[in-house]
Amino acid sequence: MVPITYYLLLAAALFCMGMFGVLVRTNALVVFMCVELMLNAVNLTFLAFARMHGDGIGHVSAFFVIAVAAAEAAIGLAIVIAVFRSRGSVNVDDIRTMKH
Amino acid sequence: MTLVSAGLVITARSPINSAMALVSTFFFLAGIYVLLWAHTVAVMQVLVYAGAIMVLFLFVIMLLNLGDAPHRGKSSVTRLLGGASALGLLAVLSVTLGRTNPMPANLGPQAQATFGTMAAIGQSIFTTWLLPFEAVSLLLLVAMVGAVVVAKSRI
Repeated sequence: MVPITYYLLLAAALFCMGMFGVLVRTNALVVFMCVELMLNAVNLTFLAFARMHGDGIGHVSAFFVIAVAAAEAAIGLAIVIAVFRSRGSVNVDDIRTMKH
Repeated sequence: MTLVSAGLVITARSPINSAMALVSTFFFLAGIYVLLWAHTVAVMQVLVYAGAIMVLFLFVIMLLNLGDAPHRGKSSVTRLLGGASALGLLAVLSVTLGRTNPMPANLGPQAQATFGTMAAIGQSIFTTWLLPFEAVSLLLLVAMVGAVVVAKSRI
C-alpha cells in the first residue's frame, strides 16, 4: 500500500509547477493551462484525503471542482478570444490598459 | 511521469505542444485517481478534462492561429522570483504534509464495495449536497451564456 503522503507530495509538486507556469509564462493560453494544472493538483489532494479518511465527501468536492473548472475554462477562453480580437495579441505583458 | 509531462506544459514553446502535454498529464492523473479508488472521478476527469476542456483549448489555439511565439519570455528577475516562490511553497507544503498520518484508512469489506462508486457519490450529491449541486448547474448555465456573449463580435 502506497502511503498517502506520496500522493500529497505529488499534488504539492504539481501545484507548485502550475504556480511557476502562471508566474513565468507570457502566453495567456498557457497561463490558463497552468491554472488547470493547479486545479488538478487540488483535486488530487481532495481524493488523497478522501482515501485517507475513508470518506466519500472528498469525491463530491472533486466533482464540484471539475464543474467549476469547466465553467472557468469556457469564460477564460472567451475573454482571450475577445482580447485577441481587439488587440491582436494574447501576450499578458501587452495587456496593460487597466494598469496604473 | 505526471511531473515530466507537467514540466513539458510549462516549458513547451508552442501552445499546441503545451496542450498535448496537458492531455497526457490529465491521463496520468486519471490513473492516479484509480489508484486512490476514485474510479468515478477518474472517468469524469477523462471525459470532462481530456475531452471537453482540451477540445476547447485546441479550438481556441487554432482559431487564434498561434504559432511558435517569438521567444520573448519574462525578465530573468521574474523567473527567479517565480522559481523561488514556487520552491518555497513546495518546501512549506512538504514539511506540512510530511506530518500527516501516512496510512490510508482501513476500510471494511462493505465499505470497500461502495467507496468511490457512482452510486455512493450520487447518493451523497443528491441528498446532502443538493443545493451546491444546483448552484453549480446554475453557474455552468451562466458561464455558457457569458462565454457566448463575450466571444461574439457583435450581437
